[in-house]
Amino acid sequence: MDFEAVIGLETHIELSTVTKMFCGCSTVFGHPPNTQVCPVCLALPGSLPLINRKAVEYTIKVALALNCQIQSFCQFHRKNYFYPDLPKGYQISQYDLPLGRNGYLEINTEDGTRKVRIHRVHMEEDTGKLIHSGLTGRISEAQESAVDFNRCGVPLLEIVTEPDLRTPEEAKIFLSSLRNLLQYLEVSDCNMEEGSLRCDANISVRRGDMDELGTKTEVKNLNSFRFLSRALQYEIERQKKILAKGGVIRQETRHFDATTNRTTSLRSKEMAHDYRYFPEPDLVPLEISDQWVDEGRRSLPELPGAKRLRFMEGYGLPEYDAEALTSSRAMADFFEECAKRYHRPKIISNWLMGDFTSLLNATDTAVERSKVTPEHLTEMLKLIDEGVISGKIAKSVFEEMFNTGRMPREVVEEKGLTQIADEEELARLVAEVIAENEKATGDYREGKGSALGFLVGQVMKKTRGRANPELINRLLRERLGGS
Amino acid sequence: MELWDMKGHQLAEMIEKKEVSVSEVTRSVLDRIRSLEPLLNCYITVLEEESQTLARQIDKYIAQEGHPAPLTGLPMAVKDLICTRGVRTTCGSRILDNYLPVYDATVIQKLKDQRYLPVGKANMDEFAMGSSTENSYYGPTRNPWNTERVPGGSSGGSAAAVAAGEAIVALGSDTGGSIRQPASLCGVVGLKPTYGLVSRYGLVAFASSLDQIGPITRDVQDAAIFLNAIAGHDVMDSTSVKREIPDYTKALVDDVRGLKIGVPQELMVEGVEMKVRDSVNQAIELLVSLGAFCEETSLPYLEHSLSAYYIIAPAEASANLARYDGVKYGHRARGSRNIREMYKKTRSEGFGAEVKRRIMLGTYALSAGYYEAYYGQAQKVRTLIVNDFRQAFQKYDVLVSPTSPTVAFKIGEKVDNPLQMYLSDVCTIPVNLAGIPAISVPCGTSDGLPIGLQIIGRAFDEETILRVAYTFEQYFGFNQSPPLTNPGVQLTEDQKSQVQMSGEGRRR
Amino acid sequence: MSRISREEVEHIARLAELEFSEEEKEKLAVQLNQILEHAGRISQLDIKDVPPTSHVLPLTNVFREDEPRPSLSLEEVLANAAEVLDNCFLVPQILEEG
Repeated sequence: MDFEAVIGLETHIELSTVTKMFCGCSTVFGHPPNTQVCPVCLALPGSLPLINRKAVEYTIKVALALNCQIQSFCQFHRKNYFYPDLPKGYQISQYDLPLGRNGYLEINTEDGTRKVRIHRVHMEEDTGKLIHSGLTGRISEAQESAVDFNRCGVPLLEIVTEPDLRTPEEAKIFLSSLRNLLQYLEVSDCNMEEGSLRCDANISVRRGDMDELGTKTEVKNLNSFRFLSRALQYEIERQKKILAKGGVIRQETRHFDATTNRTTSLRSKEMAHDYRYFPEPDLVPLEISDQWVDEGRRSLPELPGAKRLRFMEGYGLPEYDAEALTSSRAMADFFEECAKRYHRPKIISNWLMGDFTSLLNATDTAVERSKVTPEHLTEMLKLIDEGVISGKIAKSVFEEMFNTGRMPREVVEEKGLTQIADEEELARLVAEVIAENEKATGDYREGKGSALGFLVGQVMKKTRGRANPELINRLLRERLGGS
Repeated sequence: MELWDMKGHQLAEMIEKKEVSVSEVTRSVLDRIRSLEPLLNCYITVLEEESQTLARQIDKYIAQEGHPAPLTGLPMAVKDLICTRGVRTTCGSRILDNYLPVYDATVIQKLKDQRYLPVGKANMDEFAMGSSTENSYYGPTRNPWNTERVPGGSSGGSAAAVAAGEAIVALGSDTGGSIRQPASLCGVVGLKPTYGLVSRYGLVAFASSLDQIGPITRDVQDAAIFLNAIAGHDVMDSTSVKREIPDYTKALVDDVRGLKIGVPQELMVEGVEMKVRDSVNQAIELLVSLGAFCEETSLPYLEHSLSAYYIIAPAEASANLARYDGVKYGHRARGSRNIREMYKKTRSEGFGAEVKRRIMLGTYALSAGYYEAYYGQAQKVRTLIVNDFRQAFQKYDVLVSPTSPTVAFKIGEKVDNPLQMYLSDVCTIPVNLAGIPAISVPCGTSDGLPIGLQIIGRAFDEETILRVAYTFEQYFGFNQSPPLTNPGVQLTEDQKSQVQMSGEGRRR
Repeated sequence: MSRISREEVEHIARLAELEFSEEEKEKLAVQLNQILEHAGRISQLDIKDVPPTSHVLPLTNVFREDEPRPSLSLEEVLANAAEVLDNCFLVPQILEEG
């Protein structure tokens, strides 16, 4: 039987505002426990929430970038449940009047561009952090847990897709496109390790010839791209097996365990929460005027799709290059900085997609934190053009710059990597090589053009790569005569 | 006349003229507290030492700097659900028995700016849920007019303290009548301001869309002075309104000529006692004789106020009280094996019966399948009530009614009948639902128990209700005091044991 | 209006994290039904098209600027806590997740 998976994603993104959603506490990550806490986010009796204007502005931007309709009248609701990381006993969230709805995000898959519909975009507040005692740090084995409220109240954006995704690969592409978009908008650093981008998935499986959706499960804790694919793969397989055997999928919430690569049942539908949403009486409603929406629209930066087109048209880059460079805002910005300083965009692109990207990956470094700046790269490219270094030497110069952050000229001079430009010196070496390689010179003279390459290589070897291959080529030809 | 028996503005004048020191006034009130408190139980916490120290500091300040503010040094009772930094704030609940706020409510900050003088944290129904001050972990407060009777609630401690001379003025809070009804039952003045006029920051929430802080005083002038001190926009409260605050004492003009007064027949309900009805009618006649125009009118949806209120208020409360879970502060049950057990035990031990009842009621009204029938419907009724008042105020300047349908009832009389208890607030609740201001002034007695007249005004038109109340007060001349004139009143052994028996929070 | 059964009392108690003795449950069911019988009268009203009021104030868009304010000191944060470990609030075992 042929089965098709249907996947919807629910992502939570911490906004990079300076202060929390409803109070003035700092949102900086990694401070000692309970040092970024005030009466409001600790839910002290009598305290009242105050909406952070910036968080609303960021949400408007995201909703616009996701092509959503902006709700002109929206409200916060209380979502009621007890959990030790939720100090008020309710989360201030949005319910039937979210800020944005009915949008979409275009993603590029192997089968071309696809629209993934966005169901809703809304604002809420993050919860505190639980630290579980015991050796494993796993909740079920801890005898007690400790609560740190530093993250509690950090502005959180919830973005929910329609069930438009079909494969774990597509889900991954969607999440990475979404992350890229949010980074373009500069509303979140989307750091999955620090929990500023988190993801849950709704998954169901149906027979290929069916229209209606199968029973879905919700899988939580997909907090890295790897976990996302692994969990989806596991869950799809699990459901397929059950259905193939004629079984029934239980509607439930499941937890992905990264150590076993499996999903396990957390709670069934019968145990589902009754959140008892009602309008938050401590906050007044939001009225998002057309003017405000227009301002938001004007403040949007160039988004990845538009940038890709411009890179192709403006810089004459192939689609592949444009796609790769714009898949992260930092890389795109890096490229454009370089392009201001150096006139051959494709050469820049080659270096960025090649050596730069592999070094970044190998050292797990973000573009922004790289020691190599656009100035480094373009200065180096100019040295190549001026014939000071060869393209081959440039690779080691680049690596040296990447590791130390020193300027290319310094590196070249200190390591004596300057190209041998002295024709007399080179002519001497060429003569030596001719004398030492009778067979190859003979072959060349007899018309075997390929022998020339061997001889060039031999000269390069003697110079340890510091010679200009074109120059050697010319000198060899002159010496050997002929074509 | 004893110092404890004087009005706030009289004492303020004497203090300013240096005819009396704040320390003397404080001592007089503390003496009164010492002698009466075992009987009345107006306070959960008395600040005996602190208030005397503060009084000396204020005297020194007055001697050095001169001009005291209108509330400077007037012994004040603060309802125990208004957060006072470093001073225990229990909300009348076991769950906050040892709770020490780390910040001051905005009203407290404003009062500190005036160098106010808190003498204690006043007793109240637990989390302001009640109409009799019997629902306190610290035992019931008794009505100074008749100690067999309740002082009303939930600000019963505040009202009784002002009536008995255990405080000159008091802070209360009003969600469904909690300032006005006890003021009425204790023969004092109680003002519930317009929703949004006084900051709620630091007021422990019962029902956030209805709660409002206000003064309980001995006369209308004190109420106006007090309102001057606490009204005004606060950036810490999103529901606080930005507007020019008038000097409310300027509204104290004894003139109601040409004023149009409506009498909603829905507030002269069946359950209104004959003597209460008579007193209110006489009060109306007095106002008419002073030149006001007065007629009966109808606000048809007011009859559904109680229903809407007893859905909306418990629903909001069920969420507001979820934070008392034993994790961050307050009582925590011992020996729980897991978090759910800890929650259940903590909350079941920490909350009293009425609070639990309302949490259950509110949780039910919001739960899946019932939201629309209860909460949704109640919000629509609220719209209709707001509209009724809006229409009435196109025609009338103020509306008047009894504050409470009855005079003070006996302690224990209604504790087992929640619905009967809820009916005590039938005349005050519509005002909270509409968010408008109202004041209760004494307008007579029945068998030695005070009756209150409620005067309701347009949103943010506290001036007109103060003016009507002031005029009425001038001409009606309610000059009676509770029969506790003997400062050295001795308790019988029976009375002592009664007080000690009541209130688990007292037995420790 | 439907009447609250004892089972419903138990369900609501679970949602509200409260526990009651059998006797209390019986009594509560009676009292809640009494109150709801009165309060439930409004569900008979035909007011479908009336907009709900959750705020009496005509206010919208009340904001705070994204500017930091001082947090509490650790001492203040933990002042009223029942149990503290390593500057965190300590709670008993959590059985299930989220």
